[in-house]
Amino acid sequence: MNQYVLSIYQPDGPVPEPEILDPMMREVEALTAEMKTDGVWVFDAGMHPPETATVLKAQGDDVLVTDGPFTEGKEHLGGFTVIRVEDLDAALSWGRRLTKILGLPVEVRPSQS
Amino acid sequence: MTSDLAAIFRAEHGRAVAVLTRVFGDLEIAEDAVQDAFTAAVQKWPESGVPPSPAGWIITTARNRAIDRLRRDSARADKHAQAALLHVEAEPVEEGAVHDDRLRLIFTCCHPALALNVRVALTLRMLGGLSTAEIARAFLVPEPTMAQRLVRAKAKIRTAGIPYRVPYEADLPERVRGVLAVVYLIFNEGYAASSGETLVRDDLAAEALRLGRLLVELMPDEPEAVGLLALMLLQHSRRPARVAPDGSLVRLSDQNRDLWDRALIDEGHALVRRCLRRNQPGPYQLQAAINAVHADAATPDATDWRQILQLYDHLLALEPTPVVALNRAVAVAEVEGPTAALALVDELPLDTYYLFHAIRADLLSQLNRTSEAQESYRTALSLTSNEAEQAFLRTHL
Repeated sequence: MNQYVLSIYQPDGPVPEPEILDPMMREVEALTAEMKTDGVWVFDAGMHPPETATVLKAQGDDVLVTDGPFTEGKEHLGGFTVIRVEDLDAALSWGRRLTKILGLPVEVRPSQS
Repeated sequence: MTSDLAAIFRAEHGRAVAVLTRVFGDLEIAEDAVQDAFTAAVQKWPESGVPPSPAGWIITTARNRAIDRLRRDSARADKHAQAALLHVEAEPVEEGAVHDDRLRLIFTCCHPALALNVRVALTLRMLGGLSTAEIARAFLVPEPTMAQRLVRAKAKIRTAGIPYRVPYEADLPERVRGVLAVVYLIFNEGYAASSGETLVRDDLAAEALRLGRLLVELMPDEPEAVGLLALMLLQHSRRPARVAPDGSLVRLSDQNRDLWDRALIDEGHALVRRCLRRNQPGPYQLQAAINAVHADAATPDATDWRQILQLYDHLLALEPTPVVALNRAVAVAEVEGPTAALALVDELPLDTYYLFHAIRADLLSQLNRTSEAQESYRTALSLTSNEAEQAFLRTHL
């Protein structure tokens, strides 16, 4: 078994209207429930917007605290799901369903377990 | 003897790597083991003679040597070696499963999670048995760069868990298309070399044909695999007539048809007929059929352009891309004349494609619009780095 992180990348800016977002979130919840039934779900998290982030950087003995996010750019990690499955093809087939529901790119990356 | 050995190695490489990847659960271990076995064969076979089953000898030798090495490594607490050894105990060597093994290996090498140029290189290395140096030369990449590309690919296969098996039913059509695309890319790189030495290029086209035959053998029920093989055979049949003695490209209509390879044409025709009987047309089968119509014509004037246009109509419906539309326009020019064809060509967003300008130039000169034609030939010339194509275009300036 391998562990994979499915990361959802989201454009910065306002979130979609509830009439678009709500049905989407219900589909994601249904998918998560299916992951749990199948025994592949490990963890997931939906993130608050990137401007709420704070960045820490060790500098010698001190730690510098700055307003985040760490990466520049117009897209940021919007959330992620960790799954344990047989191989990449299995991870990709879950990821494929997630990207179809959200219409957002999903990065599938193996993680050390 | 040495060239015999090289031929055997190339022919058996894919089979041996495929079986051993299943046995060890790891592509890199399999490849190294097969390499070791080939080295042993070079030392032994000249004295003892080639064994009755070279593949069997290589697989057994590779397996034993790899197990010895893995035992040494795992004694040093190498977790990877320990995992591979556990895998061996669960996986006996079955010669009967060889077909499936090679099919699995193809799907692994052509996995869409790998970059396209990596899929091509891995397929040539693992299934084609080409050396890293040969692949590097064929793609005009320094050898260390190609070696690093292959190392990274094998690391990704292992770490990302790219599986060694035939894909899920739901993914299969798309994955098969991906495999066929890789083989056709190798063929085209050899056939219409975008740049580079001719000799190596011939090799690539021959290798693509070999892979194409393998795909048909492994997936006999996949009509597009048959279509791809037919297409490559029919295109390859014209190879002796495609390049003039001075190295310039010869267009289909100007080729000496006596130079076409009849044996390849017959084989291609037989496959096209097999596809027609099955009646599940796809893009490769239609392109093969178009090439079969060309091959039927004893002279350019005898070409059945109406039938070709019908086939292009069908192809464009399945694959509505500007390149297909451009090729269809050539058939339109023959059936309806250059004015109708030029109107279609001018609509296409192919400004950076040399053939777009070359075809446009040809249509313009048929319409006696000479200065515009010259301009288009010059644009085409600036967009190709292939010497044979450049030489052809220069004859029109």
